[in-house]
Amino acid sequence: MKNHPEENAFAAQAAAAPPKKSVSMPVGVPGYTLHDETRQVPPSEPPVWPTNKDLRYVGHHTERYDGRAKVTGQARYTADVQLPGMLWGRFASAAVPHAKVVSVDTSAAEKYPGVRAVYVLQHIDGNAELRDASLDQGKYPVVRYAGQPVAAVAATTPEAAEEAAALIKIQYDKLPFVVDQNKARAADAPLVFPGAADAEGSAGGGGGPRDVKQTGNVHGPSLHRIGDVEQGLKDADVVVEGHYVTHVQTHSALETHGVVADWKPDMLTMWASTQGTASVREELCGYFKLPASKVRVITEYMGGGFGAKFGAGNHGIAAAMLSKKAGVPVRLMLTREEEHLSVGNRPSSDQLLRIGAKRDGTLTAMHLVSYGTAGCGTGAGCSGPVQNLYKSVSKHTEDNDVFINAGPGASMRAPGHPPGAFALEQAMDELAVKLNMDPIDLRDKTDEHPVRRVERQIVRESDIWKSRNPRAGADSGAVKRGVGLAQSVWYRFVSMGSNAEVRVHRDGSLEVLSGVQDIGSGIKTVMAPILAEQFGVPPAQIAVKVGDTNYPEGPNSGGSVTTLSLTPAVRDAAWQASQKFLAEVAPGLGAEPADLVLVDGEVRSKSGKFQPTAFKRAAAKMTSSQVTAQAKRVPDYDKSKYLTYGGVDVAEVEVDTELGRIHVKRVLSVHDCGRPMNPEQTISQINGGVIQGISYTLFEDRLLDPNYGLMVNANLEQYKIAGAREIPQIEVKLVEAYLGQSSTDASGIGEAAGVISVGAAVANAVYNALGVRIRRTPMTPSVVLEALRTASSQGKEIA
Amino acid sequence: MSDSSNNSRPPEHERKGISRRGFLKGAGMTAAGTALLEGVQTLRAEMAPEAASGAHELGPGPVPMQLHVNGKEHTVQLEPRTTLADALRNHLGMTGTKVICDRGVCSGCTVLLDKTPVNSCMVLAIDAVGHHITTIEGIAPEGELHPVQAAFIRNDAMQCGFCTPGMVMSCASLLEHNPQPTEHDVRRAVSGNLCRCGTYPKVFAATLEAAGRTRQA
Repeated sequence: MKNHPEENAFAAQAAAAPPKKSVSMPVGVPGYTLHDETRQVPPSEPPVWPTNKDLRYVGHHTERYDGRAKVTGQARYTADVQLPGMLWGRFASAAVPHAKVVSVDTSAAEKYPGVRAVYVLQHIDGNAELRDASLDQGKYPVVRYAGQPVAAVAATTPEAAEEAAALIKIQYDKLPFVVDQNKARAADAPLVFPGAADAEGSAGGGGGPRDVKQTGNVHGPSLHRIGDVEQGLKDADVVVEGHYVTHVQTHSALETHGVVADWKPDMLTMWASTQGTASVREELCGYFKLPASKVRVITEYMGGGFGAKFGAGNHGIAAAMLSKKAGVPVRLMLTREEEHLSVGNRPSSDQLLRIGAKRDGTLTAMHLVSYGTAGCGTGAGCSGPVQNLYKSVSKHTEDNDVFINAGPGASMRAPGHPPGAFALEQAMDELAVKLNMDPIDLRDKTDEHPVRRVERQIVRESDIWKSRNPRAGADSGAVKRGVGLAQSVWYRFVSMGSNAEVRVHRDGSLEVLSGVQDIGSGIKTVMAPILAEQFGVPPAQIAVKVGDTNYPEGPNSGGSVTTLSLTPAVRDAAWQASQKFLAEVAPGLGAEPADLVLVDGEVRSKSGKFQPTAFKRAAAKMTSSQVTAQAKRVPDYDKSKYLTYGGVDVAEVEVDTELGRIHVKRVLSVHDCGRPMNPEQTISQINGGVIQGISYTLFEDRLLDPNYGLMVNANLEQYKIAGAREIPQIEVKLVEAYLGQSSTDASGIGEAAGVISVGAAVANAVYNALGVRIRRTPMTPSVVLEALRTASSQGKEIA
Repeated sequence: MSDSSNNSRPPEHERKGISRRGFLKGAGMTAAGTALLEGVQTLRAEMAPEAASGAHELGPGPVPMQLHVNGKEHTVQLEPRTTLADALRNHLGMTGTKVICDRGVCSGCTVLLDKTPVNSCMVLAIDAVGHHITTIEGIAPEGELHPVQAAFIRNDAMQCGFCTPGMVMSCASLLEHNPQPTEHDVRRAVSGNLCRCGTYPKVFAATLEAAGRTRQA
């Protein structure tokens, strides 16, 4: 009998949408907005967790799982991997900013004592690529920036590799170049690309929109429009308008990019300093046409990435080729100079921002036009904060990438948001002044996010905010004190490629495995307490194995996805393994599985049928040597809700009006990240975000010489990063904010933490101190003094 | 590494530019800042009469030397230009000492030479001969933790951990010289130690805790 077509459709629909169970979950901020909401979840999901105060391990401090290895120097990073017979790799890089490569003569390098392999790169990863590849025909990739790798050597000592690389003769057909973003926008500027070009984003974001218009070196605009901005500006009672300029920052991770490649006929193994073991494997498989089963990527420890370390990279491909040629493993770690030049940076911005508002603070228009450079890549868009922080009757944003002859940008901690917030949050501060409104009141009026509303309340009641003099520039004397605030926003990105396996052994030991890499944010330490919670044993007894593609695939760590994506898979695997475990041991204990619970290191009978049995003794009754469960990430329970999160940062500064020095004395950082899984580590990340934000705003600057097209401070003494003496007293208030989205209900913190908003908070504090607004980073003493001189020449009195 | 191929490297004058190692080799540890401007050639010329007067010249190939590291003697074959950091990491397998900036500004490679913290990327291994070298691997007896190490763990004073060995060495050395530091003292002691993750506040707290003091503003 044939089914009616409509019945078939119904059956298909039922199959596509499996049955769900209805659960009640805590949602909101304890002490403020906590309530229950109903969610429909897959029946296989574990029971709903209560808030952290009612959990034993999760949400409480667990010592960093690998703390001992790190403080004793035993932690083995990629830069520390030394294999028998291993060679040392080294790049030979372009010495000019723009050129066609006519020839690469490797003969002297090949003959150099100790050299075992030389490889000339066939393709350059990271640079934007021409839509019409035929515009660039040549044997070698075109050099688009000074420092672009051209060839690589492998030798028996690092010294021999360095010396041999210097013997590679590269003959150039030099092309005109431009390294100044403003000059690159001119109609007669030298072209970085002979036609339209686009850059891939990485797993951590970055990259720009594809297939937008390109005019000369300007790739864009990428447009977003809501309503009619011109009408909105006409309807406004007050309009603020500002020109904001932010500079290029380099990631400057302490461990440079690099790999150890071991090419064997049956398996390519690569130790990689990466934020994504999965992303490295994917690129190696793609480039070398190898099946996933024949590529293994390992990241035991990783010395910082901040968004720039995804994929195999030019160094990964080169090292693999060198290893293949030489028949032995090859280590290729970039030098500090190469790290600054060729593997990513945070793009600059040049923003014109207009905001219109009614007297009561209602926003009628937000209009942002931005130009930024990601070198010979794209991804300078910075309109995220304008699009997502405040409601406005109309919004219009235009993002443009400007190509210059410099290394390609890469996603960097909250791509686009620190520059975007630097402008937006200063404009909001300026608007509050014009409206004669308190900056918090203005935000209460225009920012509907329920958690930030709580965070502003916490700020409003804080000592640091209460100490703020609402009148700007009120201090007398040369050193003036000011307090300012700014907000951040980030997004709930879920990586569905998040898998975990949990094993229970008959000896009572437990382990959890995932390919995910711990990049310092501490995912290892987050995973163990989840099992501890499920099995009732202390986290220290649980083995955590990560950073290896031999384990179930883990998420790439970028965009604050790791904890929120992976922990539900870990919990689901732990829950399923615990149910299997109880089913195995129940007969031996003379009980029904449903009567058993795992608490405080014991298996107990709910009905009191038998005396509590130690977990280890119960495990001995397992009928197989181990039980395992593997779980993948279940989609968020309600994708229509709680799509963003963020925080509020308050900075207190002292500005020396004679020396121009800004000293950040104190920062209060109020942030949310869903359910905090390990508060101590979360606070560490927020401290880091605050410090990186200060470093970005006050100190760091990539300097390119316009005459030679070279970076003049590609090191760590002239590329100034905040040090111990520039660190303020930082107070972090971590706001538990339950969302009802997954079995752990965790969220991310890496991006939202401080780095987005601290720069603007400092700038607003500087305004509060001086009554003069500084719309340019880095806010160095000369920039501060120049702003004071300009204000003074315009008749403003600085007390 | 005692690769014999190193003996047939090109003569010094054929190599271009001033490399850090070349500079160190020529200048030793006593060169004043002005010598940098003069360049290696000048320095080499200055040293030549010394060589002619019968002074012993080593290298450029590997030469045997004895390094006293963490209480043990190690005999190694090293080119005289090898830095102490490279000797420890590449020849003795002690990779806890990190090379980050490779030019003496980040303190990731901090070791103790006798009792003084030094950037081991700026010290030639040959200049460390005859001194007691202590690395992160030897700062506490095997299987035990130095109080600073224990406090770092308790206070979560690390993220990626790459700067951590250098930080621990600087803080341990501070407590050796000043058992009762203020927070200002700790900041000063680690003012040369770069941390990109931004873990400084907990480094300060951990060090003060290890010294038995609570944090002061």
